[in-house]
Amino acid sequence: MNSVLGINAIRFIVLLLVQVVICNQINLFGYINPYIYIIFIFLFPIRDERLVLLLSSFILGMLVDLFSDSGGVHAAAAVSLAYARPVLLKSSFGMLYEHQSIKFSTTDIGSLITYLTLGTLIHHLILFSLEIFNISNILLVLKKTLFSSIFTIILSVLIIILFSRNKK
Amino acid sequence: MQQIFNFVIRNKTFLLFLLLFSIALALTIQSHSYHRSKFINSANFLTGGVYGTMNSVDQYFNLKTENNTLAEENKRLREQLLNLNVQTDSTFIDSTNTKGKYKVTIADVYKNSYALPNNILTIDKGKNDSIKEDFGVITSNGIIGIIDNTSNNYATVLSILNAKSRINAKLKTSNHIGSLTWDSKSPNFVQLEDVSQYAPVKIGDTIETGGQSSIFPKGIGIGSISSFESDISGDTYTIQVKLFNDMTNLGTIYILENLNRPEIINLENSSNE
Repeated sequence: MNSVLGINAIRFIVLLLVQVVICNQINLFGYINPYIYIIFIFLFPIRDERLVLLLSSFILGMLVDLFSDSGGVHAAAAVSLAYARPVLLKSSFGMLYEHQSIKFSTTDIGSLITYLTLGTLIHHLILFSLEIFNISNILLVLKKTLFSSIFTIILSVLIIILFSRNKK
Repeated sequence: MQQIFNFVIRNKTFLLFLLLFSIALALTIQSHSYHRSKFINSANFLTGGVYGTMNSVDQYFNLKTENNTLAEENKRLREQLLNLNVQTDSTFIDSTNTKGKYKVTIADVYKNSYALPNNILTIDKGKNDSIKEDFGVITSNGIIGIIDNTSNNYATVLSILNAKSRINAKLKTSNHIGSLTWDSKSPNFVQLEDVSQYAPVKIGDTIETGGQSSIFPKGIGIGSISSFESDISGDTYTIQVKLFNDMTNLGTIYILENLNRPEIINLENSSNE
C-alpha cells in the first residue's frame, strides 16, 4: 500500500513538472500543446477511494492552472475526467473492470488506447471550451481539441508503454 | 434527518465532484475580468521559483539574439542623441522641476505565453522593487502589456495578446486614436479598433501609443499597418497591426512607472464626482 502511495505521489510531482516546464512551452504550429498530466488520473489505482482521486485531480489541475495563469480551467477539466473515469473504464475494458482486475501494464494495447482516447477527448473538450469561453468560437474549440488530443494521446501511450514494467 | 445523511453519503462522490467543479468554474469566470485573478496567478513563491530555475538555464540559449537587440537599441539611442537639437540652452530651468516623468526598471521574463486566448507573462520583479499594478511594460521594440498582479518578488503582466487588454493607441502620422485589442488568432497581429473614417490610414504606417492612458508615454512603437477595413456601419476602420515585437521571444523588458499617475488619477476622480 505504501509503495502504491509513493509511486502515485512521485508520478504526481514528475508529471506536474514535466507539464509546466516542457509541455506548456512546446506550442507546435503556434498553439498545440500536449497535456500529459492527465496520465496521473488515467493510471490512478482502481480500487482506491474515488473521493481521493477527485480531490487529487482537483489539486493537480489547480497547480497546472497556477503555473499557466488560466483561472480554473485545468482544475475543472481534470475533475470532470476523474468523475467520468469509471464509465470510461467500463466501456473500454468491459468485464475486466467488473472483476476489478485491470493491470495497465498487462492489458492489451487496443483497450488502453480506447480508454486514453475517450478520456483525453472529454478532458480537452472541457478544457478548451472553458479556456476560450465563447460560443461563437466553437470551431476554434473543436480544432484545438482535435489537434491537442492527437498530440496528447500519442505522448500518453508512449509514456505509459515506456514506463510500465513488463514482467514477461 | 437520517434520510438527508443517507442521501449525502450515498451521493458523496457526485456532491464532491459538483463542489470541486463549481469552485473551478467560479475561478475561471473570475479570471475573465481584469484585476480579479487574485488567488490563482503565477506571481507567487512556488511558480516564481520553478520558472526562475528554468529561466536561468534558458537564458544562455538566447544570449546571442539578446545581444543583437541590445546593440540595435544602443545604435538607435546613439543616433537619437547625436541628432538631438538642444533647444533648452537659453531657457532657464528650475532645478526643483527636473524630476523625470517616468521611472524605468529592468526585468527578466520568467514565463512567456502567446498561444492561449488570454496570455499572461510572469516577470522577476515585484513589490520589493516597488512594482505596482498598472505599470506599463515595454521592450526596446515596442509595448508588451500592463502589470496585473504583484507578489513580493514576482509580478504578472497582462500581455497585449489578451482578450481583456485594451490599450489606447494612435497613428503616427496623425492624432487619430483607437483602442488596441486582440482577436486571439495570431501572436504577430493585433487589431486597432474604432479609428475614425477620416483618418489617413495607409498600409505600412506606424501605430504607436497614444499617451492618453497615463500608463504608457506617448509615442512608443507598437507595430505597422498590414491591412485595414471599414466596419459594417462604415464609420470606423478596424486595422490589422503587425507587431514590432516578436511576442514569442521575449527576454529583457522595461517596466515604466509614470510618476505623475497618482496625480492624474486623483484629478480625474475629483472631476467625476
